[in-house]
Amino acid sequence: MGEARILLRDASSAAAAPADVERKLGVAELLWNDGFVRKTVIVILLAAAWEIYGVLLDNPLLFPSFHDTVISMYERIKDGTIPLRAWASLKVLFMGYVVGIVLAAIFTILAISTRIGTDFLETVTAMFAPLPAIALLPLALIWFGLGNGSLVFVLVHSVLWPVALNTHSGFKSVSNTLRMVGRNYGLRGLPYVARILIPAAFGPILTGLKIGWAFAWRTLIAAELVFGVSSGQGGLGWFIFENRNLLDIPAVFAGLLTVIVIGLVVENLIFRTIERNTVQKWGTQT
Amino acid sequence: MAALLDVSGVTLRYKTSSAVVTATERVDFSVDRSDRFVLLGPSGCGKSTLLKAVGGYMKPSEGTMRINGREISEPGADRMMIFQEFDQLLPWKTVLENVMFPLLMARKLPRKEAEPRARAYIEKVGLTRVVDSYPHTLSGGMKQRVAIARGMAMEPDILLMDEPFAALDALTRRTCQDELLQLWSETKFTVLFVTHSIAEAIKIGNRILLLSPHPGRVKAEIVDVDRVSAEDGSAAKLEKQIHDLLFAANATAR
Repeated sequence: MGEARILLRDASSAAAAPADVERKLGVAELLWNDGFVRKTVIVILLAAAWEIYGVLLDNPLLFPSFHDTVISMYERIKDGTIPLRAWASLKVLFMGYVVGIVLAAIFTILAISTRIGTDFLETVTAMFAPLPAIALLPLALIWFGLGNGSLVFVLVHSVLWPVALNTHSGFKSVSNTLRMVGRNYGLRGLPYVARILIPAAFGPILTGLKIGWAFAWRTLIAAELVFGVSSGQGGLGWFIFENRNLLDIPAVFAGLLTVIVIGLVVENLIFRTIERNTVQKWGTQT
Repeated sequence: MAALLDVSGVTLRYKTSSAVVTATERVDFSVDRSDRFVLLGPSGCGKSTLLKAVGGYMKPSEGTMRINGREISEPGADRMMIFQEFDQLLPWKTVLENVMFPLLMARKLPRKEAEPRARAYIEKVGLTRVVDSYPHTLSGGMKQRVAIARGMAMEPDILLMDEPFAALDALTRRTCQDELLQLWSETKFTVLFVTHSIAEAIKIGNRILLLSPHPGRVKAEIVDVDRVSAEDGSAAKLEKQIHDLLFAANATAR
């Protein structure tokens, strides 16, 4: 029988010419790797295209240019109209959003604890999720009158189903191992939901919250646009509607731009920050 | 002396969507304190199901299971499970928080008692370096070590290990086995270990329960396994004997 031989490599030759293990990236490369920088570039390009088209068209009544809009927006912000209107909208939105999330939490907790609860949630979601919230507004006005009550009602409708649906499917996708680990520690009932299921399903829950937020924001502006002012002071939708009637189109654009900016800020500042500190830090979502 | 864990006449059945499957039939065994008790058998012998039943995740349709004289009825922290899957660590907690979590939840220890204890056990498995890392940054072997530290920190009556090293590469598996034995010689904990590898069973166990498949029945119990050694070839001989025992059973069954 033969024997294998071990041939040791000379380590000194490798030490003589150390290879580059790590190379620093250039500034341009680093900047381009930042998603925020890339998105800013996209926004600037879009604004430039708008400006060029607006100037070429030269018809502020149909399509005001970017700088007209910005000037109008600046004036309306300075005289306090836009902040006041935006605040009015956000207040109602916040109420509807919170009530919707609380209801969604109750529904999903019922759904994971009993089988009939699951069936109930799945059926009800399938029935109401495709129903546009705006379609309920005429009914809501009869039930709750011309006021924030009706708006909150349609907002709850637009938040509840996507949040409940995503949370429920998130709970269902929690791995069996993690469930067994939780039960191994004697966790049951609400502590089990709070300490195991919610963090384990946080990615889908966050997605649900984002979709719910977008639906709610959209529904609110549309509701204000369609039914105008509600008790005393209107929101951004009413601001847009009002200025269209006055044919102040740059102000209409300024209102729309405010809607967009608020949407971008919530998405990119609030939700991105939450994501970075949770699911990305935990490596459960890239 | 009464056994720590006593399993007698246990039949386990579970329902699939179309049938009731018998996983094990009338299985008897008992585990004493400080045993390294291995359940060994080919796939389909119900060894994992048996471990889950000891964990309290399913009820036997026949027979009784007692730990310290108490009937097992539900999962509890007196029997800490260590799973094969790497996702058994809570991804939203750091290594330290993962080890502390059951101490806080199940043992109701105050934070300032739980933390030094968790750190001590993390040190035992050699992971002090990554104590504040999140699980997704660790390798598979490190994750399993954290799970072992988490189980041991609870100082449970028995550690239930469900093929904890099966998903590791061969080199890491060997180191983990050595470390487990090292830990055992330090604290003499009781462990019930499930594996389908004969070599692993011989290396880890001092007693082996050999199960035959479809449904799982006890074929043999091998005692004094820790008397054999890898150096003089007695371990290899035992491995061959067990292999023949399992293989012969398959041949006659067909």
